[in-house]
Amino acid sequence: MMIPWPVKHRFLTPGVFVLILIALNGLVFLGIRFISGIGAVTNLNDYTPWGLWIGVDVGAGVALAAGGFTSAALGHIMHREHYHAIVRPALLTAMLGYTFVAFAVFTDIGRFYYIWHPLIMWNGTSALFEVGICVMIYMSVLYIEFMPIVTERFIGRVDLPDFISFLNKPVDRFLRYIDSRLALTMFIFIIAGVVLSTLHQSSLGTLMVIAGQKMHPLWQTPILPLLFLLSAIAVGFPMIMFESLLASRSFKIKPEMHILSRLGVMMSPILGVYIAAKIGDLFIRETFKYIAPLDGTAWMFIVEMALIIIPFFLFLSKKITNSVLGLFIASAFVIAGVLVNRINNFVVAYRPFFNPVEYFPSFGEISVTLGCIAMLVLVYRAIVMIFPVITQDRKDVYNKMIELDKSGPRRWI
Amino acid sequence: MKNQNRRDFLKTAAGIGASIGIAGSVKPAKASEKTLSDDRFGILVDTDVCVGCRHCEWACRVAHNIPTPDLDTYSDNSVFKEYRRTDASSLTVVNEFENEKNSAMPVHVKTQCMHCEHPACVSACIVGAFSKLEDGSVVWDGDKCIGCRYCMVACPFQIPTYDYDRSIDPQIRKCDLCFEKRKTEKLPACVNICPNEALLFGKRDDIVRIAKSRIKRKYDVYIDHIYGEKEIGGTSWMYIAGKDFEKLKLPKLNYSPAPGISESIQHGIFAYFVPPVTLYALLGTIMWITRKKKGDDSEIKDETNQDKKGGAL
Ligand code: SF4
Ligand code: SF4
Repeated sequence: MMIPWPVKHRFLTPGVFVLILIALNGLVFLGIRFISGIGAVTNLNDYTPWGLWIGVDVGAGVALAAGGFTSAALGHIMHREHYHAIVRPALLTAMLGYTFVAFAVFTDIGRFYYIWHPLIMWNGTSALFEVGICVMIYMSVLYIEFMPIVTERFIGRVDLPDFISFLNKPVDRFLRYIDSRLALTMFIFIIAGVVLSTLHQSSLGTLMVIAGQKMHPLWQTPILPLLFLLSAIAVGFPMIMFESLLASRSFKIKPEMHILSRLGVMMSPILGVYIAAKIGDLFIRETFKYIAPLDGTAWMFIVEMALIIIPFFLFLSKKITNSVLGLFIASAFVIAGVLVNRINNFVVAYRPFFNPVEYFPSFGEISVTLGCIAMLVLVYRAIVMIFPVITQDRKDVYNKMIELDKSGPRRWI
Repeated sequence: MKNQNRRDFLKTAAGIGASIGIAGSVKPAKASEKTLSDDRFGILVDTDVCVGCRHCEWACRVAHNIPTPDLDTYSDNSVFKEYRRTDASSLTVVNEFENEKNSAMPVHVKTQCMHCEHPACVSACIVGAFSKLEDGSVVWDGDKCIGCRYCMVACPFQIPTYDYDRSIDPQIRKCDLCFEKRKTEKLPACVNICPNEALLFGKRDDIVRIAKSRIKRKYDVYIDHIYGEKEIGGTSWMYIAGKDFEKLKLPKLNYSPAPGISESIQHGIFAYFVPPVTLYALLGTIMWITRKKKGDDSEIKDETNQDKKGGAL
């Protein structure tokens, strides 16, 4: 029988050790940023005020966390129950992803201690305000959506340390209360989550519209919000597949191919819509002429498109959607495509007039980005080992636990 | 979810509808539509008159309490070798460009915030730290700013600058047209000090008229274009010159207001919250229609709901 259950596995592996090192390296540069200012770590200047942190950590981060709302729409709103097994991991990814984005914003804004200002100081004409508010609310919604997983983990199993063990009963009752309330109202949050996502995924595209002629014409288009929304929807499922396959390999769990293959089959139409919008835009605005010179910028555009068009064809093949490796590679393409698209939009396409030095991220910037991603993966790993997120075969779980019990006393983790 | 019955659904849905309805009736503020006074100021930079003495740079620093060397040191012309832009300690800079017509008389161009008629920075700022005042000046409120630097991305003249070397209280800086000073004195510091009257301060309409007549009078000197009259919907600072403005590193810009497209998209998505609320209602309906009916699980048995809680481990 398949149930969501905490993964039973060792936490530390050689891979995890490498991740910890990357995270520590990032933390060093983060420290410098908060002590000596943004200039001490980044290559940003008055010509190029936004760089890697906005392009990758915020822009791509928000897009890659889109699996949360696409899977909620599929599983909860359209009630395709057989997809439920992917809803939880996707939810966790979104929750951690948005936390990561919020932290990136906190790092990148100069006056980080004023990060709460947009809550009370509104500017309705600002696309950034819109993104900020929606992301803040959506993040809270994601945490609420995750609550039932926490209550599920502890209801009937509250086991506090001895000196406060008399609280076990009340805490349990409290959790049951929350759980019952949440069960009644969860649909509000689920719908709100999808609405908020469509709003800010598209507003993220509006962000660069105001840069006007400083944006390269290959990317500067009034339909940027639509393109951002479509590409976010397109990358949602690939992200889920990629992660699920990675997790099952790392934890030695059987991959859930019966669900993932179905997602794979849906991919080509979804990618097709995005590709059509992108290419249509190219022709309507007649910007294809900017590809002809085949300079660095044009190549970035070509790479971006190729990374999306290749998986469009890959996902068409039954052989690929039915194979673990095929799905993994195809979804990796889409993820890379959207990542490059966001980098292009926020960094490559931004061409300040009369700019003397072209921006390229510094070692410190890259370290911080990689460090944050490493921390995200580590926290994800810890959470799926504590909470019932990943769906597994019940028998396997038992066997693993018996195995682990032999190797020493161990409780939940 | 599973316990929820129809009555609950309707009750809560109605509640949400009502509260969003109230929120929707509060009209969103439109920063860019603040009325501008007919008397709003304009400033003309006559690059033909400017000799590049950089007194304005000095006066600007003094007026904004930025440490500055002696005025004498400003006669050193070697700074012109490299193009300079505004930065955290210079809110205005003068650059020198070659004059093809007369190489002994290079062209000097002062740059600073243009105080746009439809400022992109005001539209873009996440917390509304920038505002366009009635007299035309665009000013920044340091108590609001969160340092996101979106104003720098938005500004078509890439004017605002940021203190990259400070972790606490970094400033966004740009010309504020001596907003504080002008409460007591008539002219901004740079206009006040200019020994050659290369800067002309007055009502914007008058300034445009004067610029036009100068171009007409000295048609052999000037090209027939007032930079800033129409660029990006018009600016308070305007330039006349004998050379193509792009060669003077004043970017070639459209005539439509900078925030136009972005704001109409924003207002389209958020027109009185109608689109989001509609989407919400639509999704709610789909959710209600497709809700799970008992025994309806045709394809794969949903086992996740059963046998979930409790259980020893
Ligand atoms: S020039 Fe730039 S900073 Fe100055 S008002 Fe215009 S948009 Fe704002
Ligand atoms: S840096 Fe400050 S002034 Fe500029 S957009 Fe951000 S909050 Fe507004």
